Amino acid sequence: MQLKDLLNHTSEWLKGSGPNSEIVISSRIRLARNLANIPFPHWANKNQGEDTLNKIRDSFLKVDCLKKATFFELAKMDSIDKQFLVERHLMSLDHAQKTNSKAVVVDDDEVVSIMINEEDHIRMQVMQSGFNLHEAWNMINEMDDSIAKELNFAFMPDWGYLTACPTNAGTGMRGSVMLHLPALVTLQAIDRVLAAIAKLSFTTRGLYGEGTQAMGNFFQISNQISLGPSEGEIIESINGLIRQIIEQENQARETLLSKNKPLLEDRINRSLGILRSARIISSQETIELLSMVRLGCDLGMVKDIDRRRINELFIITQPAHLQKIEGKKLSAQERDIKRAEIIREKLNIS
Amino acid sequence: MLCNICNKNPATVHLTEIVDEQMSELHLCEDCARKKSQAMEQQFGLSDLLAGMADFDKPKNETSEMVSAVKCPSCGLTYADFKKIGRLGCGECYNAFKKYLGPLLKRIHGSTQHTGKSPLRVTKVLKKRIDVQELRNRLSKAIESEAFEEAARIRDQIKELEKKQAGENE
Repeated sequence: MQLKDLLNHTSEWLKGSGPNSEIVISSRIRLARNLANIPFPHWANKNQGEDTLNKIRDSFLKVDCLKKATFFELAKMDSIDKQFLVERHLMSLDHAQKTNSKAVVVDDDEVVSIMINEEDHIRMQVMQSGFNLHEAWNMINEMDDSIAKELNFAFMPDWGYLTACPTNAGTGMRGSVMLHLPALVTLQAIDRVLAAIAKLSFTTRGLYGEGTQAMGNFFQISNQISLGPSEGEIIESINGLIRQIIEQENQARETLLSKNKPLLEDRINRSLGILRSARIISSQETIELLSMVRLGCDLGMVKDIDRRRINELFIITQPAHLQKIEGKKLSAQERDIKRAEIIREKLNIS
Repeated sequence: MLCNICNKNPATVHLTEIVDEQMSELHLCEDCARKKSQAMEQQFGLSDLLAGMADFDKPKNETSEMVSAVKCPSCGLTYADFKKIGRLGCGECYNAFKKYLGPLLKRIHGSTQHTGKSPLRVTKVLKKRIDVQELRNRLSKAIESEAFEEAARIRDQIKELEKKQAGENE
């Protein structure tokens, strides 16, 4: 597989299917693992970093579920290609910025991706469409067992898997669910919800993980605690919380419909109108308008566009995607023009 | 000029951002500028806070200097390094700094006992350890109740298991 093959391909998690997909975009589980007796990436010298990378690469060749996966070595990629993988949620922004001895391994469906030498030696993730942490866990648990047969992980019976940052020790697991909560935001009830989430030791992040702000009514909610409860217990606690937020968003959507239906229809259709006719549009405005159109789909107010096409637009209107589509580097203004063109193209066919 | 983010209020704050060698200008109202700067501050992550927390938990009979100088024999990272960067150097650091990290882990996670999965080979070793322990318990009970035949049988089982384990560790 090459990067350009991904361009014409919709990632599994963007398919807009799966349980509760009107509110839950995707479910993701990541596990942090380190090799025993080798310094963590930030503390390793150049040779140790290269050795680790080679060792992990060789061992992955023996793991059945990774045999067909593609290995991208970051030192050999240009900045647009790296940004492209970040935009598809296949690796972190941090991983893209420091490239020594780093790689990312991606399977064809973009369900599995594994960062090598990020903060930990191995950061594997499995992403699923909709509200489906259980399926993501089953897959990643099996993959982790297969990898553990080839590599000796740093582990202590009391403290579990040992990670560069003690905040990840124990299970090394972070379960995240990406939610679209436009009604709670519109009713200004979101701050109350986010404050409650923080009190329960969960964290909220924006579209692109750590350090990014919430944009276009998207919120990524993850567990903070990784040592103590088992993986199954962590997943159950996230699930319980997410079910409550889904309930709240559904109630907020009903409130909007019963009290402000004309206003809501106006906002949704104006958003669609701008997207269908704009000639220059920023990435921020795109995400905000698409968020409204997605709500329109969920509520049956927008009938001729399906959720999958909107999900796809969120990704292909990002800067690196636009430049890959165009096949060259574009200035900020050129990107805003290209973005508007692609949106018109995708939203005006019925 | 109106604010570039909300398009409602007049822009009073002017920002120049350079991303990927691309310069862009942002004209913001006060509200949006405040939100944007808050978002930037949030990038200061949890690991940065850790460094500060690491100091709370030192044992009373040790000075800060003594704790800072403790060094991981495997990778050479000192506790002072950990406090500065908020990251450990290797898996062995957890053993080297065990008495300081215990309270820190408790503070972060509310627990210091992992109950989740283990790598396969560790699971096997752990299970054997538990088996031997269980047999020893049964042995002392058998001796207490003077069931000596039973005790002899259990003793042989323990020997067998320990011999096997020693063989695997070589």
